[in-house]
Parts: sequence; structure tokens; C-alpha cells
Amino acid sequence: MDAQTIIAKRIAQELKSGMLVNLGIGIPTKVANFIPKDVKVFFQSENGLIGTGPIPEEGMAHPLLTDAGGNPVTALPGASTFDSAMSFGLIRGGHVDVTVLGALQVDGSGLLANWMIPGKMVPGMGGAMDLVTGAKRVIIAMQHTAKGKPKIVESCTLPLTSARPIDMLVSEMAVITFKDGKATLQETGPGVTAEQVVAATAAKLVLPEKIPEMPL
Amino acid sequence: MKTISEADAVALIPDGATLMIGGFMGVGTPERLVDELVRQGKRNLTIIANDTALPGRGIGKLVDANLVARTIASHIGLNPETQKQMIAGKMAVDLIPQGTLIERIRAGGCGLGGVLTPTGIGTVVEEGKQKVEVNGRKYLVEAALRADFALINAFMADYLGNLAYALTSRNFNPVMVMAAETTMVCAEHIVPVGLIAPDHVITPAPLVDYLIRNR
Repeated sequence: MDAQTIIAKRIAQELKSGMLVNLGIGIPTKVANFIPKDVKVFFQSENGLIGTGPIPEEGMAHPLLTDAGGNPVTALPGASTFDSAMSFGLIRGGHVDVTVLGALQVDGSGLLANWMIPGKMVPGMGGAMDLVTGAKRVIIAMQHTAKGKPKIVESCTLPLTSARPIDMLVSEMAVITFKDGKATLQETGPGVTAEQVVAATAAKLVLPEKIPEMPL
Repeated sequence: MKTISEADAVALIPDGATLMIGGFMGVGTPERLVDELVRQGKRNLTIIANDTALPGRGIGKLVDANLVARTIASHIGLNPETQKQMIAGKMAVDLIPQGTLIERIRAGGCGLGGVLTPTGIGTVVEEGKQKVEVNGRKYLVEAALRADFALINAFMADYLGNLAYALTSRNFNPVMVMAAETTMVCAEHIVPVGLIAPDHVITPAPLVDYLIRNR
């Protein structure tokens, strides 16, 4: 199983029927592919849609029905549309149960940097700052390292997305939760040892007595 | 409300004007008004919008034609031309969290001086801004935004100017239509009064100054 599939499959288990969920672009989008058939969640696109469905069949796209990246989507039965003030009221107001986002860096206390690299990449924060500040639960989906370097660091060197720490991080190597300013290794990836996770992480990890392998 | 051609409508917009333009990645942007701004070569514009779409699409066309002096947006990552002009110092870009941007516009249209938001606290967004504490939580004071003109796209407009929107093209449109001195609306369908039922009117007619005639 490749890294992205491991991450998406594990995060899919966190979603329960009835939840309002906002998925970011990249690996987070793939989470939708691994939700069990009997689990019915509402996906929000922050451009103004709840009930976002899969990519339309050829010839069935509508130019006025897109996701936040401007790509054609479908709307599932029971979908609703609204303006951007409502959409971000939902996000900032704590009505979104879970948001799954990517990351450039996460520090040992769960603070996240995921929106810019000064001098290199300045795309704008879009909805990221509101999502991290307002969603009930923030889950980060990311590869554990980038070009061999840890992305989980003692202290973020890139600009922060929010003062609010994330709740959970899932990589191909580990599930880490952040509570009371501490990073705790909860699970390891398939065939990965806790020692390997520690070696690939530049922040201090709390290691419980039992660290099971991710159920996938 | 007056009906007007896009050429006459855009002729009312001076160089250097501040424009709010609806749309999200080009979806829900009044494309005919944008094309006319390019045709008439309106310069030195300040654009308030969610994003600058893509080169060749929506607000991206204004960027391509070098008509924009300043952009106030939440995201420009999908338009390399905007980034190029920003880095070259040809265009000023203010990046604002999307939820803050829409609320600043909403405040501008609703007679509020601004909004208090927790978004941006503890980040670079808070630099130079007033902070207040309400019920033990810290907020940034984000000032209201207004514009000279709002360029709006609706799905349906009736003969009086009542508006309804479709799917994800609603986005910033019904919020911006309240926040400008003058509003100009392109509608995909212009329909008889009554066809949009009162319960389905999202923007009431008195908010619309100019409805662009279909060709």
C-alpha cells in the first residue's frame, strides 16, 4: 500500500455518519474514497456546498457546480448551496465536525504551518486559517518527511496557520495526537517501529506503553 | 433599477475605481462585464474578490491585461500571472483569510464598522491590527470593506431586479451586492416578475442599480 493510501484509509476511520466534514486538497481529498458504504457524512466545499459528490461522469458536469479548486463536482441528494458568509460561518462557528488538511510543518505542541513558504510559495491562505481556527477537530494528513527531512519539528520555522493546535496527525508512519501541548505516538504505520518514528520526527514524542499498528 | 448595455455600464466606471467582483475561481463571475473592462481598457483598478481565477478566465483577464494596481483576495495560488506581477512590484496584493474577507465585505454592506474574528490571532495576519478580548477570548478587529462598484453575477434576475443564484456560483455575489455605492448585475436569465417566488429571492430588487441587458 502506498503512503497516501495508508494515510487516507486511516483517516477515513475517523469519520462517522452525520458528520459535516471539510477536506483540503491533495491527500485529504483521497479520504473520501475510503469511507465505508454504511457511513454517510456530509462533505462541505467552502465555495458554498454541503453534499459534495464525486467527479461527474463525462458530459454530466455543470459549469456552476464546482469544488473549492474550481473543478466540476456533483451534488448528492440532500445537498444544499449557500453564500460564502454562510460557508465561513459554518467553518468559524464550530459547525464543521472534522477538517482534514495537508501540512508543511507541525510542531511538538500541534501548531501547524501549511499556507506559505516566504520567498517561494505565496498562494494566500484561502480558507485554511478559518478551518484550523474554527473546526471542531483538525486532522492533518501528510507524509512523515519531505526529502528525508522531518516535517514534525520542535518549532515551526514557516508562518503559522493558527494559534489553535491540531488534534491529530496521520502519516504513513504514525498516528500522533496532540493534547495539552504534547505529541503522543498512538499508532505506528504498517511494518514501522516506534523507534523509526522517533528517528524521523524532530519533536519530542510521548511514547505510551502499548503502541499498536494502525488498523487498515 | 435601470437596464443598460455592458458598454454603457462599464463607461460609468472611472480609471482607478475600486471594484468588488463576485465569483470563486471564475465560477459566478460576471464575465461580460470583465470582458468589457478589458475592451475599454479601464486602468489602475483595485479589485476585491475571493481570488484572481486563472489566466484567461474571469478576473484573470483583468490581470492579463495589466489593468489591476491592487488586489485584495484570499487566494492567488492558481494564477501564476498574479504572482508574477506581485513579485515584480507591478501589483499590490493583500492576502486575507477567506472567512475574514467575506465578513469584512458583509460588514461593509450592513453598516458595521468591522468584525471581531479569532482567525489570524497568533499569525502574521494579526500584525498591525487591534486586538480585543470578549468573554475571555481574543479577537482581531477587522475593518469593514466597501467598493465604488460591485460587479455581480446572478442566475436569474426578474424585470425588477430580484435575483436568484445557482449552485456554487452564489459565493461572494449576494454579499458584495450590498457593499458598493453602485451595483451592476449580469444574469444568465432575465425572467418575468413572479417567476422567482418571494421565498426564493436571495437579493431583493432595491439592491440592484443596473441590470445588464442580454444580447
